[in-house]
Amino acid sequence: MRTLAVSITSALILLIAPIAPLAATDGEISRIRCASTTSTQNSGLFDYILPIFEKRTGIKVDVVAVGTGAAIEIGKRGDADVVLVHAKEQELKALAEGFFVNRRDVMYNDFVVIGPPVDPAKIRGIKLASGALRKISETAQPFVSRGDRSGTHTKELAIWKTANIVPAGQDWYLEVGQGMEKTQRIADEKRAYTLTDRGTWLSTKDNLDMAVLLEGDPALFNQYGVMAVNPEKHPYVKYREAMEFVNWLVSKEGQETIASFKDKLENRLFTPNAK
Amino acid sequence: MESIAQGFIQAFRLILHLDAELFGIILLSLKVSGLALMTATLFGIPFGSLIGLRKFPGRSLVISGLNTFMGLPPVVVGLFVYLILSRKGPMGFLGLLYTPSAMVIAQTILALPIVAALCHSAIVDVQPVIRQAARTLGATPLQVTATVIAEARYGILSAVIAAFGRVMAEVGAILIVGGNIAGYTRVMTTTIALETDKGNFELALALGIILLVISFGINTALHVFQRKGIRGVKQWG
Repeated sequence: MRTLAVSITSALILLIAPIAPLAATDGEISRIRCASTTSTQNSGLFDYILPIFEKRTGIKVDVVAVGTGAAIEIGKRGDADVVLVHAKEQELKALAEGFFVNRRDVMYNDFVVIGPPVDPAKIRGIKLASGALRKISETAQPFVSRGDRSGTHTKELAIWKTANIVPAGQDWYLEVGQGMEKTQRIADEKRAYTLTDRGTWLSTKDNLDMAVLLEGDPALFNQYGVMAVNPEKHPYVKYREAMEFVNWLVSKEGQETIASFKDKLENRLFTPNAK
Repeated sequence: MESIAQGFIQAFRLILHLDAELFGIILLSLKVSGLALMTATLFGIPFGSLIGLRKFPGRSLVISGLNTFMGLPPVVVGLFVYLILSRKGPMGFLGLLYTPSAMVIAQTILALPIVAALCHSAIVDVQPVIRQAARTLGATPLQVTATVIAEARYGILSAVIAAFGRVMAEVGAILIVGGNIAGYTRVMTTTIALETDKGNFELALALGIILLVISFGINTALHVFQRKGIRGVKQWG
């Protein structure tokens, strides 16, 4: 049955493809696809740096913004040329499996725990993220989790593990399976706590009635890395252009561009740290 | 309440100062949905007519199947087209995933059963006397078919209108296969979803209003055309 459905749809696609003249046929400019995270996209970073990169190299970068887990998966399938994500362990694993090559650290910021300004679980003043999450679980205050294998979700799970708590299945633990903005929005509506990267928080906080209640724990460090899809796995990927992007990001100019990206209130959202 | 009112004010301001980016998004919406509708019409009308006019084994099964597919969940279609168009999928060599073409394909699959099924009902509804009359007047089988389709043309137009409504409003499938890439595969519905996430409710609402106005305009035009036709038929009859 499944094979039948696949062949019927395939036949249909073959019929439609020639009369769908919207395909990328721009001969003069080359474009590559970058699978990345919602935090880099929605903080406005890409809108700021990509025109500069395009001007310099003539390469247009199309960004598909999903969670880190999904972005790595898209790269593994060969549906992107390069990925820019933030879950170092997942990245190194995919690198070791041979799906990607030339991973480089690009920049960092940090995660913060946000929640209702009245702080019903009384986590303000706690130094360790694991301690704060333990307090939230003890007081059974609602906590909204990304629940989507994103970089933020990966970090959150690591903190629960440090705290020795299994939150899954608890009444107060809400796994929403959404991007960062939507997760923050749900937390805001539900008067719940959540973990967010600082970049997204700074760009959305004006629209939220929430406050940063914990920050500065070294465990909340948030490293972003870039890596190219391995052309030996997927020969059609635009490896040369992808590497131009990787090399530009870690170059002096790329790093300075990232450093000069500020939000409306002149906060620097990402700190470059390529080596 | 206040934010909704402000949204409307902001919406009209945005419509008055339509910027290039927003204009591109609206244009892409119309292009993608328009092309999908055209393709679905191209295949759907002959198919719907065929099952409306011919008796063949398994016909009622095909009709039930079509009626079921009218309610296909867009995300399921999106996922399916994604897996087929992905580089790892059977059609991966075309390199169509995350392009506007992929969005056209997904929406065509959503629109096709609607056009075909509703076109089939329009054909079936044509009075048998018309068929007989045509035959009596010495029409060839092809001419009889043409007469019946011509007679059902306003019902067929309704089928196209219904399919248009479906694809213009759709977000699940095109979000999955298009990837909501800024300036490339971002259309009105996916922008509304994104801006709502970001908390830019005014912009989202403004886009929603624009979408409604466009749909209303197109539907009104089609409806006027349809009404004229029905009146014409009545006068003639």
